[in-house]
Order: sequence, then structure tokens, then C-alpha cells
Amino acid sequence: MKRYTRTHEWIEVDGKVGRVGITNYAQDQLGDIVFVELPEIGKELRKGEVLCTVESVKSASDVYAPVSGKVVEVNVDLDSQPEKINKDAEGEGWIAKMELSNPSELDELMTEEEYEKFCSQGE
Amino acid sequence: MGRVRTVFEKSVDGRRGSSVPSSGFPKRDLDEMIPKKFIRSTPLNLPKLSEPEVVRHYTNLSRMNYSIDVGFYPLGSCTMKYNPKMNEIISRFEGFTFIHPYQPEESVQGALRIMYELQEKLKKITGMDHFTLQPSAGAHGEFTGMLIIKKYHEDRGDFKRKKVLIPDSAHGTNPASSAMCGFEVVELKSGKDGRVDLAELKSKLNDEVAALMLTNPNTLGLYEKEIEKIADLVHDAGALLYYDGANLNAILGRIKPGDMGFDVVHLNLHKTFSTPHGMGGPGAGPVGVKEKLRDFLPVPIVDFKNGRFYLNYDLPKSIGRVRSFHGNFIVMVKALAYVDFMGEEGLKKVAELSVLNANYMRKKISEFLKIPYNDFCMHEFVASGEELKKYGVKTIDLAKRLMDYGFHPPTIYFPLIVHEAIMIEPTETETKETLDNFIEALKKIVEEAKSDPNLLKNAPTKTPVGRLDEVRAVRKPKLRWRGDDK
Repeated sequence: MKRYTRTHEWIEVDGKVGRVGITNYAQDQLGDIVFVELPEIGKELRKGEVLCTVESVKSASDVYAPVSGKVVEVNVDLDSQPEKINKDAEGEGWIAKMELSNPSELDELMTEEEYEKFCSQGE
Repeated sequence: MGRVRTVFEKSVDGRRGSSVPSSGFPKRDLDEMIPKKFIRSTPLNLPKLSEPEVVRHYTNLSRMNYSIDVGFYPLGSCTMKYNPKMNEIISRFEGFTFIHPYQPEESVQGALRIMYELQEKLKKITGMDHFTLQPSAGAHGEFTGMLIIKKYHEDRGDFKRKKVLIPDSAHGTNPASSAMCGFEVVELKSGKDGRVDLAELKSKLNDEVAALMLTNPNTLGLYEKEIEKIADLVHDAGALLYYDGANLNAILGRIKPGDMGFDVVHLNLHKTFSTPHGMGGPGAGPVGVKEKLRDFLPVPIVDFKNGRFYLNYDLPKSIGRVRSFHGNFIVMVKALAYVDFMGEEGLKKVAELSVLNANYMRKKISEFLKIPYNDFCMHEFVASGEELKKYGVKTIDLAKRLMDYGFHPPTIYFPLIVHEAIMIEPTETETKETLDNFIEALKKIVEEAKSDPNLLKNAPTKTPVGRLDEVRAVRKPKLRWRGDDK
């Protein structure tokens, strides 16, 4: 199950763990990503708290936790190849895996269809 | 034009710029005078060139530069106004350049008087009660101001206030300075009109908030009309109000931050007060405070007692020094020269003309480029290249193409709340002809975007170097020449 946030993150849940990243729309808006400050493994976050920072040529942007939970894995490839986010934001460019502490929060997020509509309305 | 060769690549063995005559003393070996372990084992790699070669090398480099003395420089948020040459002449007087900070106070009364008078004038302009001239530039001023705020709360025994509120349209230095002082930054979402949303502010204010950092007019060039209400809300919550002086040009001589309710103000002498900046500095970022914060100012401050100017170190609660010696003194001389030459009426005119110029451009440019918050603006405004995306063109392409027309591009991709932002600040020192030429060029470029987008995507083509690879510059920066790369 894949869900989207209004702050342009995605989460794809498999069991209790979800892969998190920024959306394709977000990477297009940011332009070339030059640096990803990955979160610490074990970090506990509430929904909406800053998960990590993504830096592009234009700016540094916070990435927010789409749901509450614990960081259990990070995509270390991004250390040397941050451009993976530009190439495949919603696949190989994933940022972290989170163990959900409150899966019901997923219901508050958008489906792919809803997110597309949200973006086409210009934010 | 191809790649410019470095001075090292031009080096030819055996060539030199000058020949030193014999001293007449007997020649001694180096190891007789210096212990062997301190002597270099490899020769120093200095370029070998004749004097005219060196002069031509640097003169040619300087001709590739772009500055306010070459052309229009509408870099939004930076106030790239003309730097009057009178400032330069005065600041080069020997009485200013041949003194040293270790001289006895009695022998530098004139210099101290300059600093004192500048403090007095900045007080009058901003409506603040005290000033420090120490900080070296804007962000340094912010850092100093936020340290003062921190110390103020701690001195009251209030250690809860760990948060600083900052609008999402703020200068990036605001959150950075707050974080440097150990504060947690809380973002305030702007309202629909691009200004502070009072409901949002109320919801974020509590007894953990140390301050709200604001710039007025804000980065969209819009005046915060509710500033008095904002100040009351902040003060009622026990927090302080910080004024980022980057945009002071718009209100010079008209309104004072102190009267708006601000407790701490930093100024950029290199923006508002016409001292050079943009690779040319150095800058200066004086900080002004209200009476209740005086005791926390960095020491020393310049004071006057019994007919004599002196450095006052007697502030027991001071945050300490923030700079070696007394700040960028020569910059202060230039700023005071500017204030004195302009006079009160002149400074008012600065604000008027900077606002008039910006609105003239905004109105004309809105005919062919989208302006998201198209309201009466102050000294600057923000347009958007969003609508050009359908032609495959981004704001950066627009900006680069402006260089082919001989202009310095405006600030782009800031503030972050406008997509594809292009932020234009003409300042008061430009003529209508210059503004018209720029508007005409921008209009032509927007037409080019539709008819021949490659003209923009390949720009600039008329500059010493073409489009630089910004991504590679960030990912694999080469910060100095190492001698091994041709």
C-alpha cells in the first residue's frame, strides 16, 4: 500500500515497515539533488517531524515523517549517489524504512490518485 | 573565449618580475642561519612572469568581472545600490587608514567619534536605544542579536525558551543563526496574502518561544501591515521581536523598526548604507537594541563622557566579544559619510525612490510574467517563471539569458514560497532608462522562451565562460588550485 503526504513524501507499507522517500513531483521541483543528510537508525519520530534534509542546487529542504515510528534502515547509496532521487524518486531513491507505531495514521494520507490531483491544483 | 589560463600556467622558467640588487653584505648559507629542520626541501612553486605579464593577467581578469560600476545589478534582497565614490575618498584619509586598534584612546579620538556618531545616527534611523558596531556582516549581526536574546531570557531565570519562530518566507540566514545559538526553529506558514498569518502566529506562540524573527517589508517586498498587532502578540507571550534589517532601504527615514515594536535590529551597512558588497566587501552588521537589552551588548561599546570618547568595557552581563578589535572600521567611515551626505531628507528620498522604482518595474513586468503576490510592493517584488515551464524553460534559463543582454541576473529560487521565483530589487540609484532597458530585455527573453527556447537553455553565450555545471560544483567542489590539473 502506497500513500502520499501534502508535504510531498511517499510511504509504501509492507507489513509493519514502510519505505519512505520524496515524490517524483518533489524531486522535479527541487532540481538536482546534491546531498542527503540521512536520518539516524533507531530515531523515533512523530508524524510530521523532520526525518532528514535534502539539499539541491536551489535550497535545503526538510523531509517530514509521513507517519509516526522508528527508523530501522536508511538508503546508504544516497551518500555517494544522491542523484538516485532524481532518477527514481519513488523506487531506488527511497530514503529510509520506518517501523510504524500507529498504522491508522495511513488513513489520513492521500492515495496516488488524490495526490496527483493535489499536485495538479498547484500545491 | 576559451578557458582563461591561470598565472601558474603562464609561468616560464627563468623569467622574473624584478631583480634585487646586491646588498653588499657577504653571502651566507641559509643553514648557517636557520636550523635545517625549518628549511624547505622542495622549492616553492611560484609562477615566473615579467611585471607586464602579471599586470595584464590581473587587469584582464578584472575586466571579466561584473559589478555595480559596470551595469544594472537588480539582485533581490541584496540592495545593490551604487556605492558613491565620495565614501571611498573619505575612507582613505590617512587618519583612518594609518591608525591601529592598540593606540591609546587619546590618540584616536577622531576615529572613536566617527563610531560614536554612526551609533547615534543609526539609533535615530532605527528608533533603537543602543548599538554595537562589532559584527562583520548581516548573518554575524543576526547571530549577535540572537545571543543577546538568549542571554536576556536566561538572565531573567527563564530557561524554557528554546524556540524561535521564523516565517517560511524568511532569509535562510535567520534559521541558520538561530540554530547556531542553540535554538529550535519553528516555521510560520505565510498567509494567503504572503504576510504573517496572525492565527498561525497565535497557535505557535507559548512560553517556550524566545523570539520571532521578522523582516519588514518581508522577502516578497510586502509590508507587514499588522506589525503592531504582531508585536503585541509576541510581547504578551513574553518573547522578543527581532528585526532583520536586510530590507530597511524601503522604509529609511519613514518608519522606524523601534516604533514598530522591535527589540533587536541588525543592519547591513553594505546594503542600506551604500558601502560596497558582492565579492567586494567587507560588510558590517551593527546591532541595535532597546534599553532593557543594553547590558547584554558585546563589549566594548563606544561611549562619550567628560568631553572624551572611550571604549566602554563595563557591561558585566555582556555576551562578550563577537569580533576581534572593533569591527570593520573603514566600512563605518563610509556609512557615516553616506548618512551625512544624504541627510534626513535625502534618506527619506531613498526609501521613496526605491519603492517607486520597484513598483514601476512590477507593474510593467506583470504584463508578461506572473507575479504571484501582485500587491503594492515596497523596494522589491517576486515574479515567477512557472508559466514558462510548458516551453521547457526554467527560471534559471531566464536568468542566464539576462547575462547575454548585459545585466546581472536577479536573485532566483528565493523566497522558497514562490515556485520558480525571480526576485527583483532595482534600488533608488537607477534611472528610468536603465529600468526600461531591463524590462525590455526581460520581455524579449520571455518571447524567446516561446519561439526559441534553446536561446535560453544554452545561455549565456556572450560571457567569458558559458553555463557552469552547478551540480558538479556542489557534488565535487574544487576549492583551490593544486598544480596538478591543467
